[in-house]
Order: sequence, then C-alpha cells, then structure tokens
Amino acid sequence: MTKRTAKLFGVLTGAAVATVLTAGAQAQETIKIGVLATLEGPFAAGGQDGMRGAELALKQRGGMVAGKKIELVKASSDAKPDVAVNSTRKLVEQDKVQIMVGPLSGSEGIAVKDYSKSQPGVTFINGGSGAQATTLVNPSPNFFRFNTDGGQWMVGLGDYAYNTKNYKKMALIAEDYAFPYSQVQGFMAAYCKLGGKITHKAWVPLGGKDYSSVIAKLPQDVDALLVVLGGADAVNFLSQYEQAGGDKPMVGGSITVDQTVLNFKGKRRDSLVGTPAAGPMADSIDTPEWKKFVADYKANFKDGFPSPSLFATVYYFNMKAALDALEAVKGDLSGNQEKYREALKALKLQTPVGEITLDENRQAVGPTFITEVAKGADGTFYNKVVKTIPKVDQKLNMSKEEFDKMGLGSRDVPNCP
Amino acid sequence: MSAAQWRKAMNFSGGGRNWSGGRPAPVTPETARPPARPAAGSDSVVPTGAGIWRLWHHVRWRHLVVLVAVLVYPWVATPFFTFQIGGQVLALGLIALSLTFLAGYGGMLSLAQMTVAGIAGYIVAILGVSGTPAISLGWPWWLVVILAVMGATLAATFIGWLSVRTEGIYTIMITLAIGMAFFYLAQQNYEIFNGFQGFQKVVPPVVLGIDWRQPMPFYYLALFWALAGYFFVKYLIRSPFGIALQGVRDNARRMRALGFSPVAHRVAAYAVAGALAGIGGVLLVWYNGLITPGSVGTSWLINILIIAVIGGLRHPVGPFIGAIVFVLLQNFAIDLIDRERFNLVIGLGFLVIVLFSPDGLLGWWDKAKEWVMRRAGGRRIATRSGEWRSSGGPTGVSTRAPMARPLGRQ
Repeated sequence: MTKRTAKLFGVLTGAAVATVLTAGAQAQETIKIGVLATLEGPFAAGGQDGMRGAELALKQRGGMVAGKKIELVKASSDAKPDVAVNSTRKLVEQDKVQIMVGPLSGSEGIAVKDYSKSQPGVTFINGGSGAQATTLVNPSPNFFRFNTDGGQWMVGLGDYAYNTKNYKKMALIAEDYAFPYSQVQGFMAAYCKLGGKITHKAWVPLGGKDYSSVIAKLPQDVDALLVVLGGADAVNFLSQYEQAGGDKPMVGGSITVDQTVLNFKGKRRDSLVGTPAAGPMADSIDTPEWKKFVADYKANFKDGFPSPSLFATVYYFNMKAALDALEAVKGDLSGNQEKYREALKALKLQTPVGEITLDENRQAVGPTFITEVAKGADGTFYNKVVKTIPKVDQKLNMSKEEFDKMGLGSRDVPNCP
Repeated sequence: MSAAQWRKAMNFSGGGRNWSGGRPAPVTPETARPPARPAAGSDSVVPTGAGIWRLWHHVRWRHLVVLVAVLVYPWVATPFFTFQIGGQVLALGLIALSLTFLAGYGGMLSLAQMTVAGIAGYIVAILGVSGTPAISLGWPWWLVVILAVMGATLAATFIGWLSVRTEGIYTIMITLAIGMAFFYLAQQNYEIFNGFQGFQKVVPPVVLGIDWRQPMPFYYLALFWALAGYFFVKYLIRSPFGIALQGVRDNARRMRALGFSPVAHRVAAYAVAGALAGIGGVLLVWYNGLITPGSVGTSWLINILIIAVIGGLRHPVGPFIGAIVFVLLQNFAIDLIDRERFNLVIGLGFLVIVLFSPDGLLGWWDKAKEWVMRRAGGRRIATRSGEWRSSGGPTGVSTRAPMARPLGRQ
C-alpha cells in the first residue's frame, strides 16, 4: 500500500524538472505565434483546413516577417470550450507564444475571449469562430477578429429572398445554438423589415438524425424553407424531407449548402439548383486575387480540398492580419505590444475577397457574398456568386439604436410570424 | 456486523494478509502481527492517544517525501504547471478515485462517475453564479457547494439502486446508458441546462480575500480535497463496511449467507463514490470555469475509466498516477508529433501501459520492486500473487485472487 506512493513523487519530480527545462528555452530573434484549431471532434476536417489556411499565410511570406523568423506552435481542441481554453493556456503560459490565433467554433471563441482578459501581455486574434457575442458583449481589449460573424454572413440574403426570389412567407429549421441564432438574425432582420413572415420556427438539436416529427409539423402554406443546418445534419434533413414528399424550395445558411450537400444524390438533386445562400466567401469568386489564393492553396497542400474551405479562408484572413500588422511595426512587440495592437486596429487588410477593416470593438467589417446553386457544364453543382455586399458591419448595417432595440439573436429574436 | 466478526466468520486467522484493499500482501513483520492487534492498524482504529502513536509508526519516509513534494510543488512549478497540470490532475484524480473505489473494492465498473461529477457541476452553475443570469439563481457559494455534493450523492445513489442488480458487462451498459441519457438531457433541455451552450463563467468565489481561481490557491484547494478523499478511501476500505464490501465483491452469495445485504452494501458504495465524484465535479467546473454537455459526453465517461485503469485499480493512489499520465499526454503529445497524428501517441501510450501491465502503472511499480529485490540478493523473492495463492486457501473467497485481475469478475 504505502510503498506505491513513492511513485507519485517520482512522476511529480519529473514534471517539475520538465518545467524548469522548458522555461529556459526562449528564443530571441524568433516570434512565436500559437495556432489553435479543432484537429479532433466534429469539426476535425474543418480544423485541419483552418491550419492549412494559417500556414499558407506564413508560407506566402517565406516564414519571415521584418527579418524575424516566425515559429508556429500548433494546438488542438475538439470544439469544446473547456478544451479550447486548456490548449490556449498551454500555448500562452507554457510555450510562451506572443501572438495567439484561434479558435475555430463559436462557444470556443467566447471562452478564449474571456481567458484573453487574464493575459494582457499577449495579443489574441480569432481563428474561425463566428459567434456575435465574442466581440459584441464584454469585448476584450486584446482580442481581435478579422473575420465577419455568423450574423454578418447572412446580410443581404433576406432582401434577396424577399425581392428577387419572391418568397413572402417562410418556415425556419435551424440548429439550436448560438451560431444558427446569429445566422437567422442576420437573415430575418432585413426579411422581417421588408414585410416577410416567418410563420414557423423549428429549433432542432445539433447532430440530430431523425427529422420526421419536425417535417410533419412544417406548414404547407409557405413559399420556402430557411434551412440553417451544418454538414451531415443538412444532408439528413434533405433526404428525409424528400422521402416525406416535401417540395418547397430552400434558402440555406452559410455552412448549409457545402460540398456534401452539393454532392447529394437524391431525386430532388435538380431542385437544389437556384437555392440561395450567403457567406464570407464563395468558391467561384471571379477576381484575380481569389484565383491566386486558390492556386496557392492547391500548390501548397496536395492533401487539401479541391478549393479552400470557409475555415481555411477565415484562418488565412486572421493569420495574414497578424503578419501584416507585424510587418507594419517591423516585428516590434515591446511595450506590452501596444504599438502592434495600434497597427492591428488601423490595418486595412487586403484579402482575396476584398478589404477588411476593424470597428471599435476590434470586429471585422467585410464583404458578404450571396450565392445560388448552379449546374456546371460537366453536370457538377457549384455556388455561383449572384451579388456582393462589400461592407457589412456587426450591427448588420443597421443603426446602433435599431440594432440595440432588437438585441442579440436567440430563439425568439427577431420574430415576425 | 463488525469486521472482527466477519473475519471470524471467514475463518480468518489474522496473519498472512492485511486488508489494505483486499489485495494480497507479502508477509512482513509489520503485517504478521498477533490477531489481537487489528490488521494494518494505521487507519482502522479510532486514534486514541496510543492510536496516534500507532499511526506514526506507519509513516514511512516516502510518505513524508510525497507530502512535501505535493506541498512544495506550486512553489517550484510555473503557474501553468500548477494550475493546468496540478489542478487538473487533482480534480480528475478525485473523480477517478470514486471509480477506483467502486470498481477496485466494490467490483462494480460504473461508467457514470463523470455523469455524477457533471451533475454536481451543473448544480453549481444553475444554483450559483454564471454567465447566464437568466437561468442561474445566484445563491451563495457555500450553500451551492453543499447542495451540489448532496445532489451528486443522491444521483449516484439512484444510479447505484438502478444498476446494482446487474453484474459485469451489464453494469457497464446500464451506467453508460444513464450517462448518455444525462448527456442528451443536458444538450437538449434549454430551460434548465441551457442546451448545447451550457454555462460559462462559473468561477470559484473569493473567500478570505483569496481568489480561489488563481493557480496556487486553486491547487491547494484541490490538493486538500484530493488528500481528504484519498485518506477517506484508505480508511473506508479497512472499516467494517469496506471489508464487507470487498467480501460482497469476492463472493456475494457467501456474504448473503452470512447475513449481509449485498445490495445495501453496493448502493452505499455508490453513494460514497457519488460524494467523492461530486466534490471532484465541483473542483472541475471551477477549474474549467464553465460546463457544457461536452463535459459529460461519452469521451469523458471513458476518459475517467482510462485514468483509473492506467493508474491501477488496486490502490487509492492509482487514479492520481493515472491522471498525471493522462493530463501530461493530453497536453504534450501534440509537441511530440505534428498535427493530426498526436492522438496516436496518446492511444499508443495507453495501449503500452495496459498491454504490459494489466494492473496499470501500479503493476509496473510492483514488478520493478520485485526485480530490484531479486537483484539485491533475493531477500524475499515471493511475489505478491505467489504469496496470495500459497497463503490463501481456507475459504473459497481467497482463491479468486481478485485484485490480480481487478475486473476479473466482470
């Protein structure tokens, strides 16, 4: 019994020795940047592509900024906020990174933002997370986000659905957590103001398999469905809706109509053509900057996707912002990174989708793309850009009073039955 | 029935075995005392004046070394190692300790221990202060903590009551089902559990002018409860209840014939384990500062089992050793190998431990000691298991050698 307790001591001394050893290893002419993405769990594929995006931004600079070598220290989470904070804490306190890029998903972002307040000496830049609350509620002075959020990604789609597609009455089906709340708000804010009606809201749990009861309750007297579901959920809903004989057209969220849905093989496949959606990027943006970005991505990552995903793109934005601002201050992080943060705030970030700037909460103001599913010459489906809204701010391009009156998106906000 | 009566009933002679967890032990002068003296009396007697001295007799230099090491640790380690490694190890170790107690001494492998800890965590978030004031009631922290541990104990009692009539793999199945049910309840209920998003900003209170979320205060808080849990389990397994529980583990029918109620003992064991897991759960939610359904998901239910098994189920120190290995691997495996492959290192680490020592790291410790002894001239060559088999005998119970294969009855 008692003899074994000595084992505990042995391991503890080992840990203590490791502490002393690692604490001494601090480089001089190297700047350490931590990158956190979900390399495990439900967003593992997206997280890996996010890492590629971050690496690409550094590779385009040859791994150097202002004569200083940049070292990336990577960490992983599994989309759970507690794991994200643990990994971030390890990067900041153990690996001593000076700049932190990440995390990927919404609730992780809020948790890391809260943690950033306890580390005023480190600059935090978002990775891919898109929850509104991260920068809108109790923003942290050293947390920056160079990607637009889930609400901003849907701005313009409400108007497009009401005026162009002529959908006057819709039903909603969306996952029941922060990100879809933001997405639905981004859509409904404009849609309701124009006079559109959302007569039925179905909030479903994330990762649901059986949608039959939800489908049975969908009203018949609507023009279209607003479907804000991610990846596998969207495919499950789509095939079950088809089996149940549903025939309403759809409007998609930013992660609804992705490659898995476009490769959907059901009988209703052709009816997908014309499905509008919106997001911060689209595969088929027709500008030289975007084409160069896609070519660079393909050249660097043979194991990557055919074209950079949403997560690769937003991680690229945020990492590029970190490096561009570093260039602007010639790699000077002294004075509690004061100069560096001023440079970040003033940055006019040139991205493959256009210019991105920050607002007073250090939140991105950038373009949103309205897309529609189209059939290519070879029979494959893709998202065609039909409209670009060049500047979307976090207040969804409304006045502050108007936005504050509406409040943050939730199950019941906004409402126009 | 007292332990003495039970020992008598089991034809127990007093020598040759101590009941430190029912595992076989070599005959040493220390344990081979006359029957009049309680076996391995360090924790099993009420410390009277003489009792305290007797306790002191059992303190070895290594105990003091470990005690000093864990007390001094935050002074030599960085805040990161104090909080993220030390604090997390102690909180997770305490939850795994509850499983070690149940599985090692009660023979009941429950996968729902993290669920019990999660229930305590959710109670802290719902009744106390969190970042979701619409749901959280904001009651004072001391009341919330007491209610959380009580709630966890009640929940564990209920889980025990449901699952004690099953054995082996069915216990695993039913506790897994309960764990999954609670996970989905927490994920899909928005009125009480706030669904997928859970609760953020659940932090320890500032008491006596100390912010208990700071690395060093939190470490000592966790250390206090971990030590308390450790000594409590050590005491309990040698109390009449603990010995009867091990009897139930080894041969429930025989115990029933002797007039014990196996069901009552098992349910009580669940309740005790629930209180331990509840304290661990409160520490864990304070450590993380948040709780979400992911904190009680399948991966965590199984992680607790991994921690308990790689440490070794034979001794209450096992889960803490397991937690050290687990937390170090979780944190540093990604530094050994890049990007998407680091989970492979974690998996391989666990596989190697379990493959080469079914008893977890504690088994390695025994093997190493045996090897050293043999090299030193074979003062006492007899291995523990050999000793057990040769000295066991009079009863059917002892020939089962349960602790050589802790899950042997599964």
